[in-house]
Amino acid sequence: MTSEPNPLPPTPAEKLLADAVREPRDLTRYLHYLKAAHAERLPLAVVPLDAALNWSRANAIWPLTFGLACCAIEMMAVGASKYDLDRFGSGAFRPTPRQADLMIVAGTVTHKMAPRVLKLYEQMPDPKFVMAMGACTIGGGPYCKYGYHVVKGIDRFLPVDVCVPGCPPRPEALIDALLFLQQKIATTGRTLAGRYLGVKS
Amino acid sequence: MTPQEVHAKLSEKFGAAIGEWQEPAAGDSSVSVNAEKLADVCRFLRDEPGFKFDYLRLVSGVDRNDCILSVYHLYSYTHNHELVLRVDLDRAAPRVHSVTHLWPSADWHEREAYDMLGIVYEGHPDLHRILLPEDWDGYPLRKDYVPPKEYHGISNE
Repeated sequence: MTSEPNPLPPTPAEKLLADAVREPRDLTRYLHYLKAAHAERLPLAVVPLDAALNWSRANAIWPLTFGLACCAIEMMAVGASKYDLDRFGSGAFRPTPRQADLMIVAGTVTHKMAPRVLKLYEQMPDPKFVMAMGACTIGGGPYCKYGYHVVKGIDRFLPVDVCVPGCPPRPEALIDALLFLQQKIATTGRTLAGRYLGVKS
Repeated sequence: MTPQEVHAKLSEKFGAAIGEWQEPAAGDSSVSVNAEKLADVCRFLRDEPGFKFDYLRLVSGVDRNDCILSVYHLYSYTHNHELVLRVDLDRAAPRVHSVTHLWPSADWHEREAYDMLGIVYEGHPDLHRILLPEDWDGYPLRKDYVPPKEYHGISNE
């Protein structure tokens, strides 16, 4: 919600902007908004630039090439031709954390591995996002009770943006999580447009 | 050659170092060997033309509460027969001679048994933990193991 409620009802341009950030993958909505804003003579300096940046950010999320256990097999299936992550601009799995936006933690994280995962995360440039894929990364999964060596949820040492439940999750679930993350990038926290209009995903 | 035949021949050669023959309640039958004689028995099993146990499949450990076992699964490609050796060790300080000088495949297997049960293999070329971090406390496959409450600041509760 906005911190300062707008006393006036939203103008057509503002409605179009709210519409545009709800569907960050469709740039034509921004173009409609720009047209309406131009007609209304709105001050445009900050908001559309921010929205356009988020639009590009949401549509080119480059994940880190990085798998820890069986969930990684499903992640690879999502990257391959049948599920084809490239459709959403996320097929470019980067071999170095310096070029990656998204860390898909796919598989069981042990106490021995946790510092290595954290180091990779710290090497990624901002803005960066973390996806906890599968039961193990969310809460320890089958190792929760007797797994002395497993970290019971990666949120104990990493800030997690999206959780993908499953053991392992279906490829469709990972795609759904990616689309959710795109919405999140475009609408919450990091966008001035989202804050200005009080739009939430 | 059946395990019982191997046992008879070993008893003939090594006498009291080889335990009594016991029919197993379930699973593979095993031959018990005195820890001090293990290396000699293994060398004999590997080199004797009638045995030729040229392949060590597996070294593992078992916690039996009153003692700790080090277990060796041997196989012979020459004669197509197999044998399970068992060594009973003192639970307070389990020590036995390494067999890496006879079968190099024992290297990582012995490190794993050391990592999980704390069996010290004397004469091993590089005995340290193989799966867990070096600074881990305790041996997880022991029956009285208590998992750590936290490790390097990450809670384990």
